[in-house]
Amino acid sequence: MEEQANFSYIQQLSGGDKDFEIELLKVIKRELPGEIEVFRKNTQNRAYKNASDSVHKLKHKISILGFEKAYHLAELYEAELREGQNNKQPEFEEVLEKMLRFIKSQKSLQ
Amino acid sequence: MKSLIIDDEATARLIINQLIEKNPNLELEAEFSNAMQAIKYLNQDSADLIFLDIHMPDFTGFDFIQTIKNPPNIILTTSDKSFAIEAFEYDCILGYLVKPITQERFDKAVQKALKAKPSIKTEDPVSDLNKSDNNLYVNIDRRLIKIDIPSIYLIEAKGDYIQIKTFEKNYTVHSTLKKITDKLPDELFLKIHRSFVINTKHIIDIEDNSVLIEKDVVPVSRSNRPELMKRLNLL
Repeated sequence: MEEQANFSYIQQLSGGDKDFEIELLKVIKRELPGEIEVFRKNTQNRAYKNASDSVHKLKHKISILGFEKAYHLAELYEAELREGQNNKQPEFEEVLEKMLRFIKSQKSLQ
Repeated sequence: MKSLIIDDEATARLIINQLIEKNPNLELEAEFSNAMQAIKYLNQDSADLIFLDIHMPDFTGFDFIQTIKNPPNIILTTSDKSFAIEAFEYDCILGYLVKPITQERFDKAVQKALKAKPSIKTEDPVSDLNKSDNNLYVNIDRRLIKIDIPSIYLIEAKGDYIQIKTFEKNYTVHSTLKKITDKLPDELFLKIHRSFVINTKHIIDIEDNSVLIEKDVVPVSRSNRPELMKRLNLL
């Protein structure tokens, strides 16, 4: 079963402030596609060190959305790319798609 | 405490902004998406505490710390646990917060910063130019030749010799970069590479890993780049 987002961090951070929660998701929605694009360009160009930096940045958003398993995968993948290997990209792509689906599904952002 | 945020990620800046808002001891003065903007800000203004990301393109958090003269207290905010040991080699770094940052951990780090002494400006350097006159004498073919120090724009190490380039003339002298650098005012001269010392007042432009000075393109080593950036009067 697909891992679901966990809002506990966002809720803890907002202290119940819904406007902040929406604002945060809006910023993630705005930033995420660009970061994914940079990541894909880097992997396409076999610029694995740069791709590792992209994963590093994406990792923060994964953690904010509470995808714990995906976060663990991102940590491993970041280290792998830093070593010049790129075996975990298909799994990581699934995480990215999951994040995009999640963000798109948020009614408060529509 | 007047606080700054430096982080290239908008999401991270928003979160730290929220954490600051909820801490009664802090007020956010400004936030920056890159370290260079913050350096420009700190040339004019001050801050008590900076929340600084490590991983930023072009200029990292550590580059930033090495570049500013008297860094205020800093709390690192990063998704990377592996720099913790390196971080505490810097006296100005009081905290190391791994993202995602909770309010509890944030407040604890701020509490530590409150207890710490504010960063004190200790440097009040007397200009080396005022300490000495403007001339340097070099021994060439048993003659002591006077060189006007401000006219020197580049010194290059060449084996057992150094080449001193001035606007009027070049001189080749049996000496080392270390010896001549000790005789020159720190305020004007900077070693930017193991083989090159430049007069920073004569820089024409800087591109990635090189400096154009007069007609010479001089390499800048990675380790010397932060000090060079610190010297520039950036707009």
